[in-house]
Amino acid sequence: MSSVTQIAPTPVAPVVTRPRSRKRLRKAGWNVLGLLVLAVMVFPVYWMVSTAFKPGHDILSYTPQFIPTHPVLSNFTDAIHQQFFWNAVKNSLIVTSVVVVLSLVLAFLAALALAKFSFYGRKPFIVVILGVQMVPLAALIIPLYILMSRVHQVDKLSGVIVMYLTFVLPFAVWTLRGFLLGVPKELEESAMVDGATRFGAFVRILLPLLGPGLVATSIFAFIQAWNEFIIAYVFLHTPEKQTLMVWLASFTTLRGTDWGPLMAGATLCSLPVIIFFVLVQRKIAFGLTAGAVKG
Amino acid sequence: MASVAESGYIPASRRRRFSRRRVGQAVAPYVLLTPAAAVIGLVLAYPLYLLVKMSFQKYGLFELIRHQGKWIGTANYASIFHDAEFWHVVLRTLLFTAVCVSLTMILGTAIALLLLQVSRWVRIALTTGLVLVWAVPVIVAVDIWRWMVDYQFGVANWILTELHLGNFARHDWFANPWTGFGVFTLLIVWGAIPFVAITVYAALAQVPHELLEAAAIDGAKPWAIFREVTLPLLKPIFVILISLSIIWDFQVFQQIWVMLDGRPSSDYYTMAIYAFHQSFQISEYGLGAAIAVVMVLFMFAATLLYLRQMLRTGEVN
Repeated sequence: MSSVTQIAPTPVAPVVTRPRSRKRLRKAGWNVLGLLVLAVMVFPVYWMVSTAFKPGHDILSYTPQFIPTHPVLSNFTDAIHQQFFWNAVKNSLIVTSVVVVLSLVLAFLAALALAKFSFYGRKPFIVVILGVQMVPLAALIIPLYILMSRVHQVDKLSGVIVMYLTFVLPFAVWTLRGFLLGVPKELEESAMVDGATRFGAFVRILLPLLGPGLVATSIFAFIQAWNEFIIAYVFLHTPEKQTLMVWLASFTTLRGTDWGPLMAGATLCSLPVIIFFVLVQRKIAFGLTAGAVKG
Repeated sequence: MASVAESGYIPASRRRRFSRRRVGQAVAPYVLLTPAAAVIGLVLAYPLYLLVKMSFQKYGLFELIRHQGKWIGTANYASIFHDAEFWHVVLRTLLFTAVCVSLTMILGTAIALLLLQVSRWVRIALTTGLVLVWAVPVIVAVDIWRWMVDYQFGVANWILTELHLGNFARHDWFANPWTGFGVFTLLIVWGAIPFVAITVYAALAQVPHELLEAAAIDGAKPWAIFREVTLPLLKPIFVILISLSIIWDFQVFQQIWVMLDGRPSSDYYTMAIYAFHQSFQISEYGLGAAIAVVMVLFMFAATLLYLRQMLRTGEVN
């Protein structure tokens, strides 16, 4: 949680002298407004979690219950006993872990080239890396389907993994490159002067300094792969092969709208993402907009 | 952009005699780049080429099985450009994007400014709440909103009725596409505000103190300070946020698709859904590709804006 509190800077309110009590009243007014905004923004998430803990008759009531007075866990047990839940968990875990590991390795190599070498074609490659992030997935899904059916990768996790990899890589390369540039050259050089080989300097000096960057990048890859829906939905037909998000989206169509278990399932699906997200959100925010503000 | 192309070289003066080490140095970056470039080329560049090619072909089920399209020139484009529904879809998508992006930017910036005014504890609570909302997966968000606007037991209808804004009991928000798109706008803006608010807030916090103080001492009103000092400094971040938002909102697909159970009526078609429908539901992959190409071209403007800003801010050296 410390990553959140770190953002707090010194307030930049214009300096205007006013009677103290009026100033305090004003502050209180802003605080009330702030809490109101917080309540409105967080309400949908609260509604999901509280519905997940409500018994069925409290959910299907014409006067909504704002606080679950008789919390139950039956919605959660219903959700995890829903057909294909464990298949979906397994598939999501396979897909995300492979994507995280592969994207980390590939992105690290590419970032190394971009940050530590000067070579012909470096800038065009950077432009491509930034540009491909903008290609609409919804447009590419058609040719991707044709391509994947040609190489017999439709309805296979491996095909989905390769596609996810591509959509994670540009961001991962970009972020890691930023971290690599942040490591002063002198550190590495002094290690080499002290007799370390280039590889030794890399392992002892560079890698530890890159730790936070590698963590941030892998969590970003995890979140992307975990949350992705369109590709998984189009490419994985067999229910046993679907990922959690597809499982969640098809939840209601199986046996009508069963809100309690659906909200419990939704809570379970978002839990890992929320935990990881809170850990790294600052780095993600800055990856997309890096360096755009210079005071 | 010119400087980008030029400075890729190693200047001639720095070139030295060939040695094994030099050659290794010269080849190494390409070797390091190859795996990533291969994956991106295979899954992004080639499909992009395939998309353009297919848009000039007749590509139906028969061609899908044969793995071979039939060249028909610009017939796909002629057919979509003469299709009144296509223009409706384009207009609807543009309008929807404009509304979502404007609301996201205005509300996000307003919350960022609010974060500067509140006490520390409120600021921490509000940023934590924003991060929480940001972290909610899109599909989960869709399910939450679907539950909230449920016609029978949804909390939205109950609150609106209690507030005496009319009788919303059993009101179906998706019966009318205007209110339906209203729900989608809320859903998307709600999900997009945290990223904008937190980024703008971080940028605001970096605006030099002295500038604002100087302006205040000169007697400028808060609104004038915001417009004349803060806004110009934040312009780069706004350009990036707006172009990213345009790109994300213009290709809206999954929110509408999942909310309407994968069976949206044609009143709910956006460009992405229309292309998807043409390809995967009526197997006119060529037509779908042509629509997707038009969509990519629309988004190209926003992409250029983003790229130019990213390159200009000096991050790319």
